[in-house]
Amino acid sequence: MTQKHATPLLDELEKGPWPSFVTDVKRRVDKSPMCNDWMGLMEMSFHDMEGHWKHGGIVGVFGYGGGVIGRYCDRPDMFPNVAHFHTVRVNQPCSKFYNTEILRKLCDLWDDKGSGLLNMHGSTGDIILLGTVTDQLEPIFYDLTHDLEMDLGGSGSNMRTPEGCIGKARCQWSCIDTQDIIYDITMEYQDALHRPMFPYKFKFKSSGCPCDCVAAIARADCSIIGTWRDKIRIDQEAVRAYVGGELIPQAGAQGARKDAFDIKAEVIDLCPTKCMEWDGKALKIWDEDCTRCMHCIRIMPRALWPGVDTGATILVGAKAPILDGAQLSSVVIPFLKMEPPYTEFKEFVEKMWDWWMEHGKNRERLGETIQRLTLREFLKVCDLTPDPRMVNTPRFNPYIFYDPAEVPGGWEHDAKAYRERHQA
Amino acid sequence: MPFDPNDMMKDRITDIGPPKYDKYWPPVVKENYGKWKYHEILEPGVLVHVSETGAELYSVRVGAARLITVDLVRDICDIADKFCDGYLRWTTRNNVEFLVSDKSKLQPLLAELKSRGNWFPVGGTGASITNIVHTQGWAHCHTPAIDASGVVKAVMDELFDYFGSHKLPAQVRIALACCLNMCGAVHCSDIAILGVHRKPPFIEHDRVQNVCEIPLVIAACPTFAIKPKKVDDKKSIEINNDRCMFCGNCYTMCPALPLANDQGDGIALWVGGKVSNVVSQPMFSKLAVPFIPNEPPRWPTTVKMIKQIVEAYAAGARRYERIGDWINRIGWERFFERTDLEFRHEHIDDYRLAMTTWRTTTQFKF
Repeated sequence: MTQKHATPLLDELEKGPWPSFVTDVKRRVDKSPMCNDWMGLMEMSFHDMEGHWKHGGIVGVFGYGGGVIGRYCDRPDMFPNVAHFHTVRVNQPCSKFYNTEILRKLCDLWDDKGSGLLNMHGSTGDIILLGTVTDQLEPIFYDLTHDLEMDLGGSGSNMRTPEGCIGKARCQWSCIDTQDIIYDITMEYQDALHRPMFPYKFKFKSSGCPCDCVAAIARADCSIIGTWRDKIRIDQEAVRAYVGGELIPQAGAQGARKDAFDIKAEVIDLCPTKCMEWDGKALKIWDEDCTRCMHCIRIMPRALWPGVDTGATILVGAKAPILDGAQLSSVVIPFLKMEPPYTEFKEFVEKMWDWWMEHGKNRERLGETIQRLTLREFLKVCDLTPDPRMVNTPRFNPYIFYDPAEVPGGWEHDAKAYRERHQA
Repeated sequence: MPFDPNDMMKDRITDIGPPKYDKYWPPVVKENYGKWKYHEILEPGVLVHVSETGAELYSVRVGAARLITVDLVRDICDIADKFCDGYLRWTTRNNVEFLVSDKSKLQPLLAELKSRGNWFPVGGTGASITNIVHTQGWAHCHTPAIDASGVVKAVMDELFDYFGSHKLPAQVRIALACCLNMCGAVHCSDIAILGVHRKPPFIEHDRVQNVCEIPLVIAACPTFAIKPKKVDDKKSIEINNDRCMFCGNCYTMCPALPLANDQGDGIALWVGGKVSNVVSQPMFSKLAVPFIPNEPPRWPTTVKMIKQIVEAYAAGARRYERIGDWINRIGWERFFERTDLEFRHEHIDDYRLAMTTWRTTTQFKF
């Protein structure tokens, strides 16, 4: 192997039991001058303790305003093969299922027209192809769309590539069809995905149940989380089998246990609403008190399942700290059936977007716009009715912004009559 | 028809979106979509999902770096062709899942994975520490305060035993973001590793008016620390350094305001966040260690402190308690004692809504 640059610091990361990206990339130094120089640049960062990539330039494919992030190294004199090292985001298939045929095609494409480095996947969910030059962008896009039947993902102030959990493809808890929902949103709003039209990025994520395996509640501007509003389904025979030690609690997630399963300590007492009772023979659940936290279902997966009147809770506004601090999504639609063609959901989305595009400031996420202009205003423009499920607590300050329309006579006073009643 | 560089618009296809979701499902998923009844973890990293039709799907989860090469993907494909009829998937945490429909191929697959050195560690299920989700770091980003892949490799090496076992009270989710932008949102993780800057940007007055939109730079500062200023005959800005909280947002808007610095930059550790609604509600991660210097190539202090947190949690938490649940039960005063981490002035919030984090009760522990 002929490494152009010595990498004594990176070499230290070839040690240890976890798979080493250094060992992996080293395999490519002979075939890829880009990888060879990338190793050198990375080693320099490890030595300097500073990054060596410049701000992104504006590059892309014709007709799209996103999907490609320009990247240039700040020492092209030393590492000419990574002088241009752009990122291409490719919209992943839902839930990241592949067959080897499509993956091999992708590898051949990226071997031929890029560095051969990639992320499976980026945080938002896209396949991230790392490192190519401007001249290759159109050929890559052509091959992607023609040979792989794939398309670019989102970047910049557009709808980012939506992402969902594995859903009904391999999970018994999914209350909604996350794959169909995500695919439908992605296809319906292709224009918003490829052409920036928003104040800032906008993310949709959908999890099939409140376990929220794609972290929709923490990082999506619009979180679609599966839930149910009827009763938890119970197989009493199986509950007794768990208690009797015939079934393994939590599907074996705790490994080999030394102690016996204690349904009272491990399920009944941990229920956040204390809505369950075990009398030694049968499990009783007061479903009207259940907040659907999933704990009992997770611990006894062969005995309990979500109900059958399923749908989604819609929450909005999550984001990482930049700029106004981190936010979790807040409930705005406690329950929506979420069945194709998702008309009611899309009507909501479009009202929300219209308002945000009109009132959002440059680089202001939806959650920040709502904070600035109030949740009340958001509910009003989206035609949603206030509901106690939307708050942890009613306000505890008395500073209410009353609407003049709700006060008899509006905001007008009769000053003269007042002073006739009260001397100044 | 291959791409014609002289006629870019010829046969152009746009806005086709991703492949439809069922295109790459194995037949067992097609046949049992929405019919799954229960799952079991047979051993760390090996799951079986059972359908109401009786069909079974075995998934073997292996850890992988997030930064990988097409060579590795081809190796993965070779394995999937041999044991999985070519079907596989990735998880949201950068693990690979080999999907086995034929039970007789499960043990041979595990043997094959084991035979390939440390490329394909099996684990990441149940009460384990699974793969660390992370960002680009020095590998490919323009605003990082730390590297990502290198830190993750060093931490996972140290915690490796927890990846392939189920011996923790509950799952521990670790995430890394190499600057405050957190393109990998780490604000709700059991343990978050965050790259932080500690020096305000310096201003390249010669470049500002050429490469930056000054009004946007001024508007970008959340603490209103930036003002316009003329330097000689050049339009530029000035920064009130006392108001800077090192978010780097101005640098995002203006490349003439670099703030990366080998001595200024380093790692902060955060604990106790979660996203799931299970038992307790989703929680943000809170500050555990304000600053650890960058220590490439293996970041020993960061690794050591994370190990301290994990071991104190493993020893003290009750079954099913996530790190945040454990801390809420024992209290932060106990957390700092048991992890042997120092509580400093940086832990006391002084940003917006700071008072919501101050102790407004006489209930605390001595």
